[in-house]
Amino acid sequence: MITIHNVSKTYTDNTVLHIDSLEIPKGQSFGLVGNNGAGKTTLFSALLDLIKPTTGYIESNGVQVHKSEDWKAFTSAFIDETFLIGYLTAEEYFYFIGELRGQKKSEVDALLEGFKDFFHGEILGQKKYLRDLSKGNQKKAGIVAALIGKPDVIILDEPFANLDPTTQIRLKGIIKDLAINQDITVLVSSHDLSHVTEVCERIVVLEKGEVIKDLKTSEETLQELEMHFAQ
Amino acid sequence: MFKHFITLQWKSFWRSASLSSNIWIKLFMGFWALLLIIMVSFGGMVAFYLIKNKLCQDPLDFINTFLIYWVIFDLVFKYALQKMPVVNIKPLLILPFKKNKIVSFAFGKTVFSFFNIFHAFFFIPFSVALISNDYPVSNVLYWNLGLMAIVYSNNFLNILVNNRDNLVYIIAGIMAILGGLHYFEYFNITEYTAPFFRNIYDNVLIVLFPIILLILFIYLSFTLFAKDLFLDAGLAVKSKDVKTEDLLWLDRFGKTAIFLKNDIKLIKRNKRARSTVLVSIMFLFYGLLFFTGSIETYEGPVWRIFAGIFVSGGFLLSFGQFVPSWDSSYYPLMMSQNIKYKEYLSSKWWLMVIATLLSTILCSAYLYFGWEVYLAILAGAVYNIGVNSHVVLWAGAYIKTPIDLTSNKKAFGDKQAFNTKTLLLTLPKMVLPLILYAIGHYSLGPNAGYALVVLAGIAGFAFKDKVFDIIEKIYREEKYKTIAAYKQKK
Repeated sequence: MITIHNVSKTYTDNTVLHIDSLEIPKGQSFGLVGNNGAGKTTLFSALLDLIKPTTGYIESNGVQVHKSEDWKAFTSAFIDETFLIGYLTAEEYFYFIGELRGQKKSEVDALLEGFKDFFHGEILGQKKYLRDLSKGNQKKAGIVAALIGKPDVIILDEPFANLDPTTQIRLKGIIKDLAINQDITVLVSSHDLSHVTEVCERIVVLEKGEVIKDLKTSEETLQELEMHFAQ
Repeated sequence: MFKHFITLQWKSFWRSASLSSNIWIKLFMGFWALLLIIMVSFGGMVAFYLIKNKLCQDPLDFINTFLIYWVIFDLVFKYALQKMPVVNIKPLLILPFKKNKIVSFAFGKTVFSFFNIFHAFFFIPFSVALISNDYPVSNVLYWNLGLMAIVYSNNFLNILVNNRDNLVYIIAGIMAILGGLHYFEYFNITEYTAPFFRNIYDNVLIVLFPIILLILFIYLSFTLFAKDLFLDAGLAVKSKDVKTEDLLWLDRFGKTAIFLKNDIKLIKRNKRARSTVLVSIMFLFYGLLFFTGSIETYEGPVWRIFAGIFVSGGFLLSFGQFVPSWDSSYYPLMMSQNIKYKEYLSSKWWLMVIATLLSTILCSAYLYFGWEVYLAILAGAVYNIGVNSHVVLWAGAYIKTPIDLTSNKKAFGDKQAFNTKTLLLTLPKMVLPLILYAIGHYSLGPNAGYALVVLAGIAGFAFKDKVFDIIEKIYREEKYKTIAAYKQKK
């Protein structure tokens, strides 16, 4: 689904990302871990053509993301609060995204109905603009908005951060369901090793912009990761 | 302890993103500020002699007459633009400071605010002129003292009434009504207020009134502020109950409607965006300067087109110049969503066109000054729709100043004006129609001038798709730079 060809990003002598090749097949749940500054967000931003790689290119479903905009129709993402429109209410925001993705209001409503538990009554009908919601609730709205319109690729940067424990558990369920039952390629980054090992079939460790581990998740993966980061 | 506060302030000023950008911009801004100060001070001097020699009136009485408007205008201006001193207080709360200290610091800061100091640049030179013309020094001093107390009363009144959104409109409305009544000579408020200001000058005891008022306001705002120095009280970010809106009637615009709906919400719900609407309403009255013949230099026929463009295009110019910066806080979303640039741009275009049409209709009031005047406005409107709407969108691609929608600060005089590319693009916006009109006017007569301007507008309109293609290309080329620039918060 996604192929990375010799991608690197350099800011005045400082290389923050350098990946020779990486392939993510369709329907895989892909986890990205690494310390601060490892290049996780840079990689995701490059996938979304928000930054231009210094070398190389990224292909998504056969589309070179910096050449054509066709990947936008099947890709959605929630990276940070710049993916929210602060002056809209949550409903307005969902419908806006829905319209962009060619979804009728009723279709969006049907999708939202399925996330009632996840929202825990704190998102819909709040009489508040998104900018006035708490960080955690903003994140919930952003994540669900990324699921609107049946995308093939979903990119979530640090989806677990700022969420309360109950919501974290529910989110894990949602992500697993996406990859296993709906054949959606999910890319997730996280600082929480146990969360990623639980939801992702494959985990890549980035360090200073380079891939240093590429693991197929198994019983021992969590331990291996903990060992690695303890050093 | 105050030393700490001062150094914090110093750093926050010099390290703010808007200032740290470029030493040249700093120098340039300093230059403009200095120029403004010099011009106003000069104005204070000149005003004295102008009133005395040209109008043959007593300068002091003349100024006293209009002081009431000055005072009200000052309050409205402060209310609309001055930022409340709450910023940066939060991290100080848990440090070992007495709360009163924090409040005095925050208030002390407002004392030195530009909005208060500014007045001195007019009144001090004016007073110097008074004294040098044998007005008694002591009385001039009382007068200044009184005025200072009033200006600072406004300052603290502003702190007291802040967050009460409608008040400023009520005050501005009252001012407009009073001004109108005064102009048409039904009722003259200044007959009642001018003697008061005169009394401040005559009698030192009257000066006590504004001073007592000032002390009262300081006391009230101080207690209110100190009492509310909690995260959930005075420092809380206010959020009102809001309703979800559908705006279904816009759906007839097809795909464009998706963005149009958003843009209308953007304008309705954000302070900064609302102020552009205010500006465009002010522009509607701008024509009065030209068409009433009150300013001699504006009498020339070419200026009519100038006025026509401003009057009909106030919104187009003030809103349009910040496309796409209005969407800066969620630009990455817009850039990764399933969006065609063309639809996005055409929504902004429609918004500007609708606003221009609306302004043109409202401007029919100018028919009062004769149909030639309205013809100039109509020609200006056609040119605005046909040419300026494109130019403004084009210039926007080069502007990379992020906009903080929720704050009104910097709403006027953003540094983006110094961008050379946008400066160059003001030529077709402003100068070209003037030249076109002049060519027509001086060769065949005024109607030919209007016709040329209108033709240029229609030609621009005809090339709409082509122009949109070019703009789209520029937006695409500038995309990464724009995203990176918007990331830098103020």
